[in-house]
Amino acid sequence: MFDGYTTSELMSIFAMQGFAGLSLFSVFVLMALGLAIIFGQMGVINMAHGEFMILGAYTTYLTSSAFQSYLPGLFGGYFFVAMLFAFLVCAALGAFVEWAMVRHLYRRPLDTLLATWGLSLILQQAYRTIFGAREVGVTLPDWMMGSIQVTDMVDLPINGLFVMIIALSIAIAVYFLMYRSGWGKKVRAVVQNRPMAEAVGINSAGVDRATFALGCGIAGIAGAAFTMIGSTGPSSGQAYIVDTFLVVVFGGAQSLIGTIVSAFGISQAQSTLEFFLSGSMAKVLTLLVVVGILMLRPEGLMALKIRR
Amino acid sequence: MGTTDSTANGRSFGKGTGLRKKLMTLAASMMLATSAQAATPPTSEVNTTGLAVTDDTVKVGILHSITGTMAISEIGSVQAEKLAIEQINASGGVLGRQIEFVQEDGASDWPTFAEKSRKLLRQDNVAAIFGAWTSASRKAILPVIEQFNGMLYYPTFYEGLEQSPNVIYTGQEATQQILASIDWAVEEKGAKTFYLLGSDYIWPRTSNKIARKHIDKLGLKVVGEEYYPLGHTQFNSVINKIKLRKPDVIFASVVGGSNVAFYKQMKAAGIDFTKESPLLLTISVTEDEIRGIGGENVEGIYASMKYFQSLDNPNNQEFVAAFKEAWGDDMVIGDVTQAAYLGPWLWKMAVEKAGSFDVDKVREASPGIEFTKAPEGYVRIHENHHLWSKTRIGNAQRNGQYKVVYETEDLMEPDPFPEGYQ
Repeated sequence: MFDGYTTSELMSIFAMQGFAGLSLFSVFVLMALGLAIIFGQMGVINMAHGEFMILGAYTTYLTSSAFQSYLPGLFGGYFFVAMLFAFLVCAALGAFVEWAMVRHLYRRPLDTLLATWGLSLILQQAYRTIFGAREVGVTLPDWMMGSIQVTDMVDLPINGLFVMIIALSIAIAVYFLMYRSGWGKKVRAVVQNRPMAEAVGINSAGVDRATFALGCGIAGIAGAAFTMIGSTGPSSGQAYIVDTFLVVVFGGAQSLIGTIVSAFGISQAQSTLEFFLSGSMAKVLTLLVVVGILMLRPEGLMALKIRR
Repeated sequence: MGTTDSTANGRSFGKGTGLRKKLMTLAASMMLATSAQAATPPTSEVNTTGLAVTDDTVKVGILHSITGTMAISEIGSVQAEKLAIEQINASGGVLGRQIEFVQEDGASDWPTFAEKSRKLLRQDNVAAIFGAWTSASRKAILPVIEQFNGMLYYPTFYEGLEQSPNVIYTGQEATQQILASIDWAVEEKGAKTFYLLGSDYIWPRTSNKIARKHIDKLGLKVVGEEYYPLGHTQFNSVINKIKLRKPDVIFASVVGGSNVAFYKQMKAAGIDFTKESPLLLTISVTEDEIRGIGGENVEGIYASMKYFQSLDNPNNQEFVAAFKEAWGDDMVIGDVTQAAYLGPWLWKMAVEKAGSFDVDKVREASPGIEFTKAPEGYVRIHENHHLWSKTRIGNAQRNGQYKVVYETEDLMEPDPFPEGYQ
């Protein structure tokens, strides 16, 4: 398939293809981090994860409209404010959902699946009622559009770079929060042995709520970031949910590092295969490989070794 | 869940509405009633099959998704059909009877469409159904409507390969969208190589099959053909492939949320559509879709449709004004919305030609029906239940509207089973 192309053309295509893989990687990381916290750490199968992302996207949409009307001079910087709002709004809703619904279902994982799926339907219809069934267009500041031209053939999309930076920063922040802070220690203690954690004086209900809220908040930031590359409509969240679970399960549910490694593996496989095969075939092959590996390693790539 | 609107509390249309117009309509209908009995023939004559027809009303069904994923696309059709019905009522109704509609929600779920169409036909005894949007929902309704001998007016452009005696297809079948647009790209833009790209389901695949055959026939080259799963959001790899193969034309039939991702990522990857290298020709992006994608992301692409909101003719100006007055100034009208608007009018004309609401007679009367007040200009029903209509090419502007740059001289003949293209 490479007949008739010059070496420099091929080089630049490979460079761009590498970049495409990396930006898919950062998208996966962003999608999966929130779920890795909720599903991986708490064992809650949150089917409404996609809807939390879209809530973040709608928050971004509202913020951008507000800036356009009231603060047009500061429009270039609205995105940072929007990400903050998206985090706060989603975390608040997450905390409420945990309090009202999820905490009653901790010992019944299959029921949380149904309950959160119901929640996702409720949220979708709520978006449809509030924002209309049509997708909304989120206007981006000019500096985020377009690309950096490295050479004649190589263009690096600015929003792709931006998503990468966000994904990286959030991954690092989550790492420090979970593994280098006192709060993270409490979370891990509750995950590993709840009665014991309670016995040493950890307020496990409070930890649960904060953890769930954090996961939802990160989903919100992901949603805000995805307004740059995808659609914002009542049911757009559905497009992400399968990939998200795939990444988290493949990585090994309880390991954040595993999530990142699996996001890297799947994104590289998919984007390389997409280049050589057609889109649908690439997806099928990627899924086959994932299923095959999961058959050999049911715990996922990185299994946490704990006594049960 | 169904809601029934009676015409008495219906919205009024046009600036001149009000008491004066109502009186005039009343006077006109009285004059008609006295001068010609034929305007309101007795119910026993026009309804021999037990439809919901009374001396002054007739019931029809509207069956679209107003909840679920498809609501985004189908709501425009519902609005257009309601507008047409109220306009018909304002002008005296059908055979002297006011149209009442029963609206049901297909909820983006195909079995629900089948069930609701059964309800409309068996319980409400509607004389016609205006509805369905996706091919899947139409296929779900089809056995029901054929079994109980109903009449469906289906608005969406679709892949063809179907011709039911119980359906009038008011949108284009695939060849009506594709053949002329490829000819245009070749003649006007000097296109030699094509890249076919679509979402992975029957409509894009059939469309591309037709496109490929046609391109082969012209002796030109297809340099790539690809499908992505519905809802796919990452197009970077295919964008790289396109950059490598440098086609003259990208022929795109990506649908739904994927569209937004596709155009945003093309733009971000430094492809400026206004430069037309490559030129992007789509059969799936109407004004409705642009609202979600954002005009700045599609500026410069070309779309092949039969209708654009910006069409400059008196019918369309009236239609656009009435639509905006009924549903709000910020509404946009896409190709399918206009096709949905044709449904009630074509049905009215067929009923009046047949002098009866009976489905068999309406079907017999349908071929040859001409609608000269169509917003798209002029349409005529073909023997095969599709419409003769023109193919038009529009160039997307930053404000989300299309500028019409080309239209076929003649009406394109609908050909749902194109020979040699399957």
